[in-house]
Amino acid sequence: MTDRLEPAPGSYLLGKFLRSPAAILGALIVISLGLGALFAPFLALTDPYDLASLDLLNSRLPPIWAVQGQAPFLLGTDTQGADMLSLILYGTRTSLMVGLLAVLLSCGLGTLLGLIAAWNGGLAGTIIMRAADIQFTFPAIVLALLIGGLARTTLPPNLVADVSLPLVVAALGLSHWPHFARLVRGAAMVERSKDYVAAARLSGRGASFILRRHILPNVVNPIAVLVTLDIAFAVMGEATLSFLGFGLPPTEPSLGTLIRTGYAFLFSGEWWLVIFPASALMLLVIGVNLFGDWLRDALNPKLR
Amino acid sequence: MIPLITQRVGQALIVLTVVSVLAFILSAVVGDPVASILGINALPEDREALRLRLGLDDPAVYRYLEYIGNAIRGEFGISWSNQRPVADLLKERVPATLELAFTALLMSLLIGLPVGIFAALRRGRWDAGIALTLTVIGVSIPTFVTAILLIFGFSVHLGWLPSFGRGETVDLGGWSTGFLTSSGRASLVMPATALAIGQVALLARLVRAEMIEVLRSDYIRFAHARGLHPSVVNLSHALRNTLIPVITVSGIQLGFLFAFAIVAEVVFQWPGVGLLFIQALGATDAPVISAVLLVTALFFTTVNLIVDLLYVLVDPRLSHEEGGVM
Repeated sequence: MTDRLEPAPGSYLLGKFLRSPAAILGALIVISLGLGALFAPFLALTDPYDLASLDLLNSRLPPIWAVQGQAPFLLGTDTQGADMLSLILYGTRTSLMVGLLAVLLSCGLGTLLGLIAAWNGGLAGTIIMRAADIQFTFPAIVLALLIGGLARTTLPPNLVADVSLPLVVAALGLSHWPHFARLVRGAAMVERSKDYVAAARLSGRGASFILRRHILPNVVNPIAVLVTLDIAFAVMGEATLSFLGFGLPPTEPSLGTLIRTGYAFLFSGEWWLVIFPASALMLLVIGVNLFGDWLRDALNPKLR
Repeated sequence: MIPLITQRVGQALIVLTVVSVLAFILSAVVGDPVASILGINALPEDREALRLRLGLDDPAVYRYLEYIGNAIRGEFGISWSNQRPVADLLKERVPATLELAFTALLMSLLIGLPVGIFAALRRGRWDAGIALTLTVIGVSIPTFVTAILLIFGFSVHLGWLPSFGRGETVDLGGWSTGFLTSSGRASLVMPATALAIGQVALLARLVRAEMIEVLRSDYIRFAHARGLHPSVVNLSHALRNTLIPVITVSGIQLGFLFAFAIVAEVVFQWPGVGLLFIQALGATDAPVISAVLLVTALFFTTVNLIVDLLYVLVDPRLSHEEGGVM
């Protein structure tokens, strides 16, 4: 029980983290891409949202190490003369933002519904978990495609470009809430049967207070792991939706839209238009997954 | 065991009912068939006549029952963009997708199982660590990126494999197969690989996790204590119990392969159900969208049901518990 015998959880995790090369690598990748995305407006050579800043004379330049490469365009330029590296920084920014918002939505919704289902095993709980079961039988990406695709085709075209970002967030977020609901319900059911919850109930605390102040803090570890791994899913999902043409419009550079526009030039020799954004996407997802994977093992008491 | 089976079948029926209601609402709400058939300049009385003839004024419940009745008889209406019966389109496309998905599943089992066993048995060593890291990379590459990289390497650079289409197919009594021609097989290699890579990684990770769990159990320690040869313990005792959850996941994976086939089919222009779905989604072709949803749901629930029942057969503990399957 004393502090001396049991190190604080924070320092325990840090020590474990420093001993895992994969986790450090993943964190480094995520941090550097994240910083690049955060400071994209200051780092970028050309602003993809400002067409006046582009010079068509610089278009379709290969990367700097190729014969026709030109400084300062490290990774070459696109068909309109925009710097590839700047596009990728802005694209990572959009992709990360969509991913984080989507996870926020699915985590918030799933946690709330999971807690309700854990507390109320009756009708509400049954309906929530049956809905989750039904949604589980359908792959998330098909649902996201359906939500994104139908909204696009039923909304008036001039509105679609404006709402495409919230649409993608909604499509990805709504397609993944059952994962959180199932996880939170399972963990909360275990907590619910413990003595401290019984004590809180006996002292007259209401359901919502117990769920928020007693149960939620105790199920936060598995949620953290799922959030991390889900960011990877959401970033991949955004890219997939945008690549298929049901995500963000080409005017909004995300990693998915960059790959979509670049893919058209793969056969005409301008490989850097697709290979670099694709590599950035892979790097980002690998980084998130390496870190999330380590976090899962580190927080799982079974594997300690 | 009987109650468990009834429960599973009941659950599958509920899922199918919910999906069919959604598919029906979709086909009824999205787009206006009268406008798309008659055009904008039609007279109001013509519209009214067509509405009557198509039965669009009937009560929703009646129309839903009719929709379900038609679907059971394999009639899904006429595609708005192709002007052909949806059933014919599906009949052409389903074999392509199934051949792709099964090939990818086979590939993921043949590679994922050994890698997972290896990573579990050599847990903590450097080579298992590398295998594990490779699987993280495997699950991190989206299918369409793998597909693009494969096309870049093997079609654009090396020119070895075709980058689109299904090659020549042979018609076997209504089922067009690409397995029997060399161009068909060559066309299958890259889409199946792109589809399989993520699943290989997922399966390997699952097998590893399950096997580590099993290797820790008492009966494995007991088997070692009995002096059995380690390979007998590992492959006969441990692997057999690892395989139970693997069956479930392979079934679910087949569903996911069916879903992710959408992406691979678009990149490789593979003429399957996924490409049909994306084209229909782009053109708001409601009869096709709802038919694909129904067929996918049917495929999913059937696979899940078979897997659940297999699970009960393989693991006798379950038939005594009450609904113990996850």
